[in-house]
Amino acid sequence: MLRVIVRRLLQLVVTLIALSALIFIWLRNLPGGPIEALLGERATPERRALLTKALGYDQPILVQYAKFMQRVLTGNFGNSIRTGDPVTEVIGRAFPATIELALAAMIIAVGLGVPLGYLAARHRGRLLDNLSIAGTLLGISIPIFFLGYLLKDVFTQNIHWFPPSGRLSTGVDNTNVTGFFVLDGLLTREFDATADALWHLILPAFTLATIPLAVIVRITRASVLDVLNEDYVRTAEAKGLRHKTIRGRHILRNALLPVVTTIGLQTGALLSGAVLTEKVYNWGGLGTLITDSISGGRDYPVLQTLILLAALVFVVVNLLVDLSYAFIDPRVRVR
Amino acid sequence: MSLLDVRDLSVVFQRRGERPFTAVDEVSFSVEPGQTVGLVGESGCGKSVTSLAIMGLLPRRGNKVSGQVMFDGADLLALRPDDMRDRRGRDIGMIFQDPLSSLNPVVPIGTQVAEVLERHRGMDRKAALKEARELLDAVGIPDPNRRLKEYPHQISGGMRQRALIAIALACKPRLLIADEPTTALDVTIQAQILTLLKQLVDETGTALIMITHDLGVVAGLCDTVNVLYGGKVVERAARHELFARPRHPYTHGLLNSVPRLDSPRGERLHAIRGSVADNIPWVEGCAFAPRCDNVVDACLEGTPPLEPTATGGDLRCNNPVTEEVAVP
Repeated sequence: MLRVIVRRLLQLVVTLIALSALIFIWLRNLPGGPIEALLGERATPERRALLTKALGYDQPILVQYAKFMQRVLTGNFGNSIRTGDPVTEVIGRAFPATIELALAAMIIAVGLGVPLGYLAARHRGRLLDNLSIAGTLLGISIPIFFLGYLLKDVFTQNIHWFPPSGRLSTGVDNTNVTGFFVLDGLLTREFDATADALWHLILPAFTLATIPLAVIVRITRASVLDVLNEDYVRTAEAKGLRHKTIRGRHILRNALLPVVTTIGLQTGALLSGAVLTEKVYNWGGLGTLITDSISGGRDYPVLQTLILLAALVFVVVNLLVDLSYAFIDPRVRVR
Repeated sequence: MSLLDVRDLSVVFQRRGERPFTAVDEVSFSVEPGQTVGLVGESGCGKSVTSLAIMGLLPRRGNKVSGQVMFDGADLLALRPDDMRDRRGRDIGMIFQDPLSSLNPVVPIGTQVAEVLERHRGMDRKAALKEARELLDAVGIPDPNRRLKEYPHQISGGMRQRALIAIALACKPRLLIADEPTTALDVTIQAQILTLLKQLVDETGTALIMITHDLGVVAGLCDTVNVLYGGKVVERAARHELFARPRHPYTHGLLNSVPRLDSPRGERLHAIRGSVADNIPWVEGCAFAPRCDNVVDACLEGTPPLEPTATGGDLRCNNPVTEEVAVP
């Protein structure tokens, strides 16, 4: 087991190095750049050259990359070109917001997706099943930004159930401990802040959850249908066990194995979906930071760290999924 | 009174867009307490469907079950699903063909034995596991304490089938249905499992329905044998009678097709002509007629009736075999 973990961690390091090189080269080759953003279009060539040299962008790209990696290894990610703040600080502010949003979306997707998928399988070919198939198709096909604006329009403009944007209402006082507003409220016993944060969270989380939810419903349904045909389910029935036991211990325990894998892969969808969702609801997380950093003059230090962080999150989540697999399925443990 | 009395049991599979298929056709037989009854026939003759119908384990949709299955004074087919659920595993146990796929791969053996005790005998987990240990020991699984925590893939095929027997017998049912319990096992293990079944059935007084295509299994175990063909009982007889004087040409053909060590070298194996695909519908005559060596005109004029024989059995044939065969 330990050997597996070590091997996967080594793979992770190699993946990240390769990715960082790709991102670095790709970013430097994007048209436009920080020089234009900082000095404006009409700056003299002399001033441009001066700033380019000062920022080190005149050096060969491999040298720039080597210097970047050198700094990264010492924990120095540089300063944002846009604001001048350290990159770690800029990202540290936005990171909890996105994680909170993504976690809430995943809880919704799994919490609704698994029961729905199970019910659809048990009612195969009947109304509920057909509705779920049509619904998931719709969920996968609707663009997130469209759904986001639609939900926002309906639930904040027509019927005022939810706040239109932001993470907290103005005037709600919360103590910032972890940056996760729901958690902060609980930790500091400011329950009104928790309630307000949750109230702000629901609509964006639902928007972000639609695609993973649809995928999880589909996977669960297919997986449960497979398991229902297994001999051990018939054995469980022959034992006269209660529905509850058969459902939990014999059907879902086996059917959820593929679903767990899906959850890992959907992290990618969540991260990319977060960019759009955060834009719609003015959420102020990593997604907002990415779009601001690109449109606000190619903030190289922030961008390369951000993309690397996103890749790291994706790889780590999938590593955790693979490891959890070994605990769920005894057959994997032996190998 | 019989423990189990199956009367005119029919199962018709009805799929949308397909012609209905009668898998079990008015099958009747009974099982006395403590008796071992064989249901014999080749693949597709309806023997497994019969057992699943008795257990109420056929899919809820796509089939029509009719007739009566009287057990303990109640018609199992007329019971509410929850009442049947109470009886399954407690009054009637069942063992299946493939022991690996019949056990849940992600649940320890101990839990799989204990859960049936928790369900029907109201034990808590601790007491149930203790009893499960005893049961594994009783079915001859070595080192039961260790096996309780192991998963199905970690133990051998023979041990898996022993574990399934322990599960089926956990609540001391009055009837055990074994559906081809040895088919998926090595020959040496087959004999062990059959001996174990025989021993357990004798000890506990459990009645046994043995479903098999293997006449060797029948010869060693059953008191009475029902031979099924095309979903109908074609011959019923006591074991010795059936092996000594098979009357139905199908039974005769089955017995003759068993290879024998004492037959002369170079002698060809006997085989029954054709396959089940040649069957004609029972309404048009005897389903076996196209493959039968003894076929007469009457065989193609409607279903032959199942009639009592002089030796106390039943036979569905217009022109039975008269020669005797030596027990293989």
